[in-house]
Amino acid sequence: MRPKRDYSLIGDDSRRAVALGLSQADWYRTPIPRKRMKELMHRRNGPAIRDTALWLGLLVIFGGLGVYLWFSVWSLLCFAAYGVLYGSASDARWHECGHGTAFKTRWMNTVIYNLACFMIMRDPTVWRWSHARHHTDTVIVGRDPEIIAMRPPKLWHIAANFIGLFDVPLAFKHMAIHASGRLTVEEATFVPGTERAKTYWTARVWLLIYAAVVVTCVVSGSVLPAMVIGLPRMYGAWHHLMTGLTQHCGLADDVTDHRLNSRTVYMNPISRFVYWNMNYHVEHHMFPMVPFHALPALHEEIKDDLPAPAASIAAAFREFVPAMLRQRADPEYYVHREVFGTATAVTTSG
Amino acid sequence: MSAWVEVCAVDDIDREDVVPFEHLGCQYAIYCSPDGTFYATDGLCTHERAVLADGLVMDHIIECPKHNGRFDYRTGEGKGAPIRVNLRTYPVKIDQHIVSIEID
Repeated sequence: MRPKRDYSLIGDDSRRAVALGLSQADWYRTPIPRKRMKELMHRRNGPAIRDTALWLGLLVIFGGLGVYLWFSVWSLLCFAAYGVLYGSASDARWHECGHGTAFKTRWMNTVIYNLACFMIMRDPTVWRWSHARHHTDTVIVGRDPEIIAMRPPKLWHIAANFIGLFDVPLAFKHMAIHASGRLTVEEATFVPGTERAKTYWTARVWLLIYAAVVVTCVVSGSVLPAMVIGLPRMYGAWHHLMTGLTQHCGLADDVTDHRLNSRTVYMNPISRFVYWNMNYHVEHHMFPMVPFHALPALHEEIKDDLPAPAASIAAAFREFVPAMLRQRADPEYYVHREVFGTATAVTTSG
Repeated sequence: MSAWVEVCAVDDIDREDVVPFEHLGCQYAIYCSPDGTFYATDGLCTHERAVLADGLVMDHIIECPKHNGRFDYRTGEGKGAPIRVNLRTYPVKIDQHIVSIEID
């Protein structure tokens, strides 16, 4: 029986993962001919410009109507849509632009990356490095800083984050730490010294913006300014958590095959727009160079080598929620995946 | 002491592409730029040692397949996070349609 998992990046399981060769390991990848891979990796501006224009346009329309119709049922409905576009779509934009694959043109990735980071309250520098680690050591205990559901899972914590009750206060705590010219001990394990000043100045600017929002609310005697900036990270967070939970929850940890620890889910078109096709999550982890718009084609290319996708978001929840409930008493339990063909999976737990 | 080592025929690399090359246990990446000029660098990313030949060549940039780190393969210069160490480059010559690189 394995001792209690230590998810700290500076704890026993971090050292264990390195000692076992689980950190910076060679991960399984489905073979794809180089010519086809180049086609799939090909960068284009068109799909991301189209989606970004739609995203920002809808934000302006729903946000504007929400303000104009304030306070009424109609304004709340508009803010419900605005919140998802602000507090959930920003999660996918942060992610794709952070990889640099959304747009072909670099500055476009940079602009949308920084805007989305502000909306989702993730420091652009810290999270760029955090996500690099997530891809290096995906769901490796003690190495991956982006594990949502630990074992045993804190279900009430996860549930509360559907409206950002833990994530948002934590984001402000980190902003305060960064603004004082420091990183957390864990962040310091993956953010190089040369990059840290950017984080400190970003936090100072963001805190000034949020202070201005609070002052505007107080002066105007209305919460409306915060409904536009800040609060949508809470009331609109549910969609990004819903989709994000499907990525790895209930599956194996400490393996070096994304087919065993990641989940592809077929989703409705609206969720795929908000989530920017990250429902093809095994594919994304196996080939992070492939842009969001090419992930459906990549899926078609390699699906025969992957476990069957979940048929819907609900189907994914039906798979991992019971697993997480069971993990409360039995942290060793996880959903086994059948892999086949050229599989060379390495498992060290479960 | 350096020596020229034959890598492949010029036709073995498409324009704006890269191929891997291994010699005496060391890995190299051999590039053909959009204008048909050949270049060579170390074969593994300086960030976490992913095989660069699995990456994407765009103009004069090679992007690492693992974390999208970018290098100018003509000079080996890293182009920002997560790259902190430049790539080593190697001289290349073409002789009778054969690409060779000069290795220490």
